[in-house]
Amino acid sequence: MTDFIAGISAPRFLTFAATLALAAAAAALTSEPVLAQDELNALVWCDHTDPALIEPFEKANNVKVNLKEYEGTGAGLSIIDQSRPGDWDVLVIDGVDVQRAVDKDILAEIPADALPNADIFPDVRMEANNSRDGRIYAVTEKFGYNTVSYDKTKVDPADMKDMSKLWSEKYKGRIAVYDYYLPMIGLTGIDLGKATASLTDADMPAIKDKLLALKANAKQVSDVVSSQTALATGEVDIVFGGGEWLTAGLVKDKPNLDWTIPEQGAVRWAQSIGVMKDSTKKDLALKFVQYIVSPEGQARLATSSCYWAMPANAKAGEHLTDEQKAALRWNEQADYLKRTQLYPIPTAELDAKMQDAWTEMLQN
Amino acid sequence: MAHVSLEVAERRKAWSFVAPALVWTFVFFVAPFLFMAAMSLWEQQGGGIVRVWKLNNYIAFFEKDALFRGLTNSLEITAIVTVFSILLAYPLAWIIAERVPQKYQRTALILAILPFWTSYVVRSYSWLLVLSRNGVINQALLNLGVISEPLELASNRTATVIGFVHFFVMLLTLTIYANLVQLSPNYRRAAADLGANAFQTFWHVILPLTMPGIMTGAFLTFVLCIGDYVTPQILGGNNELVLPQIIMLQLGRRADFPMAAALSIILMLVVTAAYIACARWLKIERT
Repeated sequence: MTDFIAGISAPRFLTFAATLALAAAAAALTSEPVLAQDELNALVWCDHTDPALIEPFEKANNVKVNLKEYEGTGAGLSIIDQSRPGDWDVLVIDGVDVQRAVDKDILAEIPADALPNADIFPDVRMEANNSRDGRIYAVTEKFGYNTVSYDKTKVDPADMKDMSKLWSEKYKGRIAVYDYYLPMIGLTGIDLGKATASLTDADMPAIKDKLLALKANAKQVSDVVSSQTALATGEVDIVFGGGEWLTAGLVKDKPNLDWTIPEQGAVRWAQSIGVMKDSTKKDLALKFVQYIVSPEGQARLATSSCYWAMPANAKAGEHLTDEQKAALRWNEQADYLKRTQLYPIPTAELDAKMQDAWTEMLQN
Repeated sequence: MAHVSLEVAERRKAWSFVAPALVWTFVFFVAPFLFMAAMSLWEQQGGGIVRVWKLNNYIAFFEKDALFRGLTNSLEITAIVTVFSILLAYPLAWIIAERVPQKYQRTALILAILPFWTSYVVRSYSWLLVLSRNGVINQALLNLGVISEPLELASNRTATVIGFVHFFVMLLTLTIYANLVQLSPNYRRAAADLGANAFQTFWHVILPLTMPGIMTGAFLTFVLCIGDYVTPQILGGNNELVLPQIIMLQLGRRADFPMAAALSIILMLVVTAAYIACARWLKIERT
């Protein structure tokens, strides 16, 4: 070996070694994924990572579900862009963004008879979002509200029915603002009397000013965990942008926490699930989607450890306890659905402006 | 002739030992870095990356106040953290090196760096609980009657600085202690012989001789602090953003990889400038 090394020049040896390393790296990058046949790759939101939700499916189908969490549709689509066709089998996506995924031609058509459409609450079926030209590409699996969560022992619950109170001196330094620009810009717009569906560039200056005033009144702008912690530990008394997903899971230990939808209204979010067009395991992927929207799967998803929220399938109620249904406000959904609006669906240009406004708000 | 062949063979042998490290560095540092530099010149448009060669991301960084302030916030916080960490670590290192009996010094050092053993994230969340409105400090001060209203210690720059200083004091204590224990007591004796008092001895003899330890620790503090995302994210309350948080916003929210690459290059340039400024103290010298 030493003779071999001594027999070649140093630059040639380096070139040889570098070529070998690069070839190995290239081979690793271009070869087929080393996955067993019984594996499913799903790009999801954090509520799908609860073992209590996934393990029953894995056991029943002798399959390993590999889950990757993402935050924000832009980031999710970017992950798909950088993956190879077939890497992902299932996609969980914001309901208002399903059409973006359809535009990118990454979702497979789902046969109508494969889904329990009749069992889905009519207000959250969202055919206009989940379908195109009569073809179904996704199904709503869970929904909830970005609204106001609060500690009812520390604030006047009557005040929480008026969103404008969050800008008042009375609650200065006592508010955590949920750090997600889309629902918060939607909520701010609602307080200004603007419908989320009709927000335009022209509305952004007023919304930005309102956001800056909100920031000046807030203690912090924080993600789910930090907002939840702040409310639970008494660091703040209100989480603006919170809702049942923030407090429902805590109510058992913290009965002082509550949430409401103000008179002005609130933002409704909905998440959808679909099968990836390039999946090589479409049957298994569809089986997973069917499990998630089944009554049992829906009950587990609704009470997932990451966050609670209403299941889209009305029959999930049969698998939830009265206590769980009370925390989810099961019986008040008809009123809530009437008074809430879907997330804004901005164009790419407006989305960039919204994110700029949000970054400026954070930085000021 | 035989001598020359032997020399060539030895040189090749040396290259063969170095080659794996060079290849590793090329594949896992140089190549990704070049790719990142190239990407920083591309642009995110709509849902995809446009491979144009423009400085638009860098121009946007200087034009958009929210982005540029990320750098100034980072520099301000890093400077404050570095100064406070040195001021706290130096006396601690000196006490361990000079006042603690030699047989207990190892124990004292272990105690000093004990917090290193806990998770960085857990430590940051712990500070949040300590500094919060209902935290240990506020409750103690309220119970003692020192304050009537809780102090706003969490979710701001003060909290970020406290979290950082707690961590970096440990690091600086190690580098300064390592430097202090290498100093011969003869330096102090010579200074005393020449009529210097304790302060003059420290100022003119000990401090200059421990500058390598201080600067090594300060440089490490600077690099780790300016590139940190976790502490400002947990303790800062998003009330101001530092550069790593802005980079994360580009990646996690906007999926704007070219802008994130440009900001990362800027961060690397700042670290490089810091290295150049400290380079004279960072030389490995063996005497």
